[in-house]
Amino acid sequence: MSVKLSKDDLTPIAGGGLLHRRLFLKGGVVLATAQAIARPLRAEETATAPPPVDPADPPWLHETGGPFTGYGTPSKYEKYVVRNIGGNRTPAGEGVSWTPLQDLEGIVTPSGLHFERHHDGVPAIDPTLHRLVIHGLVRQPLEYTVESLLRYPMRSRFLFIECGGNSNAGWHQEPIQRPVGDFHGLVSCSEWTGVPLSVLLDEAGVDSKASWVIAEGGDAGLLNVSLPLSKLADDAMIALYQNGERVRPENGYPIRLIVPGWEGITNVKWLRRLQVTDQPAMTRNETAKYTELLPSGKARMFTFVMHAKSLITSPSPGQKMYGPNVYEIRGLAWSGRGKIAKVDISADGGHSWAEADLQDPVLSQCFTRFRLPWKWDGQPAILKSRATDESGYVQPERDVLVKERGREGYFHYNAIVSWAIDEDGEITHVYA
Amino acid sequence: MFGLVIAVAAAVAADGYLMAPHLGKPMSADEVSKWNKTIFPDGQGLPPGRGDAKDGRVLYAQKCASCHGDHGEGATAEELVGEPKPPTPDNPSKAIGSYWPFATTIFDFISRSMPPSAPGSLSADETYAITAYLLAANKIIGENDVISAETLPKVKMPNRNGFIWIDVKK
Repeated sequence: MSVKLSKDDLTPIAGGGLLHRRLFLKGGVVLATAQAIARPLRAEETATAPPPVDPADPPWLHETGGPFTGYGTPSKYEKYVVRNIGGNRTPAGEGVSWTPLQDLEGIVTPSGLHFERHHDGVPAIDPTLHRLVIHGLVRQPLEYTVESLLRYPMRSRFLFIECGGNSNAGWHQEPIQRPVGDFHGLVSCSEWTGVPLSVLLDEAGVDSKASWVIAEGGDAGLLNVSLPLSKLADDAMIALYQNGERVRPENGYPIRLIVPGWEGITNVKWLRRLQVTDQPAMTRNETAKYTELLPSGKARMFTFVMHAKSLITSPSPGQKMYGPNVYEIRGLAWSGRGKIAKVDISADGGHSWAEADLQDPVLSQCFTRFRLPWKWDGQPAILKSRATDESGYVQPERDVLVKERGREGYFHYNAIVSWAIDEDGEITHVYA
Repeated sequence: MFGLVIAVAAAVAADGYLMAPHLGKPMSADEVSKWNKTIFPDGQGLPPGRGDAKDGRVLYAQKCASCHGDHGEGATAEELVGEPKPPTPDNPSKAIGSYWPFATTIFDFISRSMPPSAPGSLSADETYAITAYLLAANKIIGENDVISAETLPKVKMPNRNGFIWIDVKK
C-alpha cells in the first residue's frame, strides 16, 4: 500500500532534518540506509572472477541446490560478520571478543556472536561431570547434576548482558575511531531459559542470617563474585538454554547464572557453586577490578546495575552515506533498571531532539530497537541518541558523566554517543 | 532477614507451576569441604600453612614475574606493587598497596586463579609466601613477617576505607 505523502510529512520536526517517527508507516517513502563500505576485491579474486551473471537468470536457477545440513551456518557472503577478538595477549585466555552491533538487526544477538569476556579461557566441560553445589547458610547443602536441573520447571526471559567494562574507550581523551561494535559491543541480548534460582534456594532452605551469596564458575581460575541474596532470590535464573539451544561453551555451558540487568561478571558462566553467607568475600573481581575510582580518591563498589544506554548503529562509523536522501536512523537502547521509556534523537549535536519509534517488543532489561526517519540534506550533522528508562533515569551527556566520575573509573561508561557526518558522508566518532 | 526467607518461599508457592521436583542430592559437611574454596576478609576459609617474603620472592620470580614484571611493576598483566597509600587524582594507582582493601583477597585470588597456565598448582605454603612477598614489596608488612591464617586477616590495607557501596547497603 502506498499512501500519498503531504508536504507536511516531509517537514522536519527537529533540527538537521529529523522526521516524525511514524512517517515510514505511511509507506511509499524512498528510503536509503547507510551501508558498510564494500570490501575491495583482493588480487586473486579479481584474477579468477567469473564472467558477469545476469541477475534475471543466475545459475542457481538451473541446478540442484546444496545438501541438507545438521547445523546451519550463515551464508558464505556473510562470513565477515564475526566477533572481533581483542586483547588476547599473554596469557592466551585473558581477553574479550566484541559483538558486531553495526552488522545486526532486531534485538536478539545470534548466540555465535554473543560477546565474550574470559579471564582464563573457555573450559571444556563434560556436562555429566558438572555439578551445581548450594551450601553455606542453608538447612541442607545440595548438589545438582545438569540432568536433574533439566527436569525443573523453567522460565524464559529476553535479557541483555553487558560487561561492566563495555564502552570504556569513552573515558579516553580523544574519541576512538572504530566500528560501533568494536567500541560498544561488549553487550548482547538473548532469550535465556532456565530454572528460577528461588526454587533451588527454597529447596536448600536459606537461613534467616543469610544476606549474600558467593557465586563461583567452573573455569580455570574459579572466577568468584559476591551477590546480594535479595537479588538472586528475586529474579536470578540458572540458565540451561540460550536462544532456544543449550548455552554455548563460551557463554557458560552447561549452566550460567543469569542476573537480569546487572553487570556481565555477575552472570557467572560455568556456574558450579553458590555459597550462601552473611558477608561478601571481597574477591579480586569486586575490589581490584569492577570498581570505579572517583576524582575524590574513593571508589564506587558493588555497582551492579547497568544504567540506561543507547547507540545509533546505523549510520555509524565504518559505514558511509549515499548522498542527500531520506535515511532510517537505527539503534539499540537498554537499561538494567527496567524498560526503555523513550529514545530521543538529535541530528544537530543536541540542540533539538525528536522522539524515535520504539519497535515492539519493548521488554524490561532487554535490547529495544529504535528507528527514526531522517532527511539528510548533505550538510554536516551530528547524530546523538538519548535513552530514558521507565524509572525516569536519563542517559547522561559525556561531559556530565566525566565531571561526576572523572576518567579513571574505567567501568560503567554509559554516556550519550555522538557521530559526526561531514559533507562527503564520512562518519566519525566525536565528543560533542 | 527473616522476612526475605518468607518472600522466597511465597514467590514459589504463589506460582503453582514452580513446584520443585526436589532433585538436589544432600551433601555431608565433608563433601562440601571439597568444594568450598572461598576465603573471606575475616580469614574464614584460610588453610593451615605459612610463608614469608624471602621464600615468596623466589616463587614470584618463577611463577609471576613473566607477566607482572620483575618487581610487580606490571607488564602484560597489571601492576601489583605501588606506594602503600590510597590513590589520588595525581596517582590513580590500582596496585595492591594503593587500592586493594583486603589482604585476604590476594590469597584467595592466587590460590584459585594463578598462575593462569596452571591455576590451583601452588601449595598453601607457597601461596602464603607469595602473598607475603607482595605485601612486603608494597611496604605493608616487613621483610621478615610471617603470613599465615592467623596473621593475614589482621593486615591493615592502606585503602581499607576507600570504597563506597553503591547498589547494596552495608
